[in-house]
Amino acid sequence: MLELREIYKTFNPGTINEKRALNGVSLTLADGDFVTVIGGNGAGKSTLLNAVAGVWPVDSGTIAIDGIDVTSLPEHKRARYIGRVFQDPMMGTAATMQIEENLALAARRGKARGLKAGITAREREEYRELLKILDLGLEERLTAKVGLLSGGQRQALTLLMASLVKPKLLLLDEHTAALDPKTAAKVLDATEKIVRRDNLTTLMITHNMRDAIAHGNRLIMMYEGRVAVDVSGEEKKHLTVEQLLALFSQASGSDEADDKLLLG
Amino acid sequence: MDFLLSFFNSLPGAFGQGLAWGIMAIGVYITYRILDVADLTVDGSLATGGAVAALGITMGLNPWAALVLAVIAGMLSGLVTGLLHTACGIPAILSGILTQLALYSINLRIMAIGSGASTKATLALSVDKQSLLLSSRYIREVSLRNPLLLLAVLTAAVIAVLYWFFGTELGCSLRATGANPNMARAQGINTNTAKVLGLVVSNGLVALSGGLLAQYQGSATVDMGRGAIVIGLAAVIIGEVLLGKVFINFALKLLSAIIGAIIYYVVITLVLRLGLESTDLKLLTALVVAIFLTIPYWKGKYFTKTVRKEGARNA
Repeated sequence: MLELREIYKTFNPGTINEKRALNGVSLTLADGDFVTVIGGNGAGKSTLLNAVAGVWPVDSGTIAIDGIDVTSLPEHKRARYIGRVFQDPMMGTAATMQIEENLALAARRGKARGLKAGITAREREEYRELLKILDLGLEERLTAKVGLLSGGQRQALTLLMASLVKPKLLLLDEHTAALDPKTAAKVLDATEKIVRRDNLTTLMITHNMRDAIAHGNRLIMMYEGRVAVDVSGEEKKHLTVEQLLALFSQASGSDEADDKLLLG
Repeated sequence: MDFLLSFFNSLPGAFGQGLAWGIMAIGVYITYRILDVADLTVDGSLATGGAVAALGITMGLNPWAALVLAVIAGMLSGLVTGLLHTACGIPAILSGILTQLALYSINLRIMAIGSGASTKATLALSVDKQSLLLSSRYIREVSLRNPLLLLAVLTAAVIAVLYWFFGTELGCSLRATGANPNMARAQGINTNTAKVLGLVVSNGLVALSGGLLAQYQGSATVDMGRGAIVIGLAAVIIGEVLLGKVFINFALKLLSAIIGAIIYYVVITLVLRLGLESTDLKLLTALVVAIFLTIPYWKGKYFTKTVRKEGARNA
């Protein structure tokens, strides 16, 4: 479903702030793969997701989604294939627009936008039903401005928006990191529900090792702009945090990385 | 007593000016509030609208057709600013300034068309010689020629069309672009196209306002748009500060820009009666905008602090 080949990306090349964020990363996701991504600060996790989403062009390498080469497509064109939830709850929704308007925008992802009504009465009913999945009472507040919602509610809404038009690929960039533990658990729960319901191919970055182990069928750990550890199947199911740390030390060839990883 | 009488006498004029500039203020609302771009093209495109409409009318064109041409000219200037910003990567404010500057030369040329001269700074219109849609001469008349009537109808039509447009898929994509460009792109919206489209619509309205103003005051001049952006901002902000809490609906928000423009001109009329020179108006306008922009900021700053203190006391 997703195929990354030898992706390189360097930020601020030729300056004192030069940072090689992606260092020849290659990764292939099968249809329906739910991959959790972990790694320390600056390991290239978010950069990887942004490269796939097309936030900026990569320096070299190719990106294909479902066999379609999207390497040169701009962000808004790739959006046809990709659903995204960001780390910052403010980033995924339009605060000054209503809940139903945000959903209606998402319902038109990948479609031409013309002079038809921006939202129809039938859609409103649909959204009311869909919002119930989140279990946050948002179905009663369809016309409320999104800016009035809490961070957790906004993330849950963004998640729903990302999956409203079934994406070929769902990108979750630490989407629970900014939430309190209880809300984070709820959003994660909704994530699991939606991913399973639609059998979505998913890349989920998390800073929480336990979450990374508990969710998905495959786990990758990034280090210095590459995939350092890649665990799947039975091995992933029985993985413990200790084993994960050991795997990481092995891959990176250093012990001090443990702290960096845990803190990150 | 004399003062009050002369003030009330000039009120219809203030309403006329306010309504005509109100359409321009709606254009500013679209860029400044919906798209979150400060577009300075308007100083030029207002005069372009006036120049094109006046030229069309002096050449014997139907005044409605002249007005349509004015709108198209305004839309083209918006397109230029939009392309400078999106395709050429120039910051929005600078793009607007560049177009505005270029329009100054272009407007001088437009007004000279057919006159034999190479440039011309003024094009006079007269309701006696030409068929105009409106004229300030009839502002105190109780008849169908009273310009307030046509201006009110046009304003209502503009608000109705925009209300419809911003409810369409395309209109929603414009609003999303202004509200959160990251989100808009993630939902497949080409934010560059949306910005260009918003600038085109906005400057079309500004030129419409210019075309109406030229007829209303009986001339198009190359300077008629000087400081227009500040007047437009003043109208938008006055409307928001005074009516923002009451007018929630989008159509009413547009209406509040119109009301803001009317209030602005009533205040201007008042201070002129109080003895200020018309050349002092620019200073006054700048002050009004500065003050009305400061009020919500300070209010937010100090209001928030009080709430926090109370919260702490309750806890």
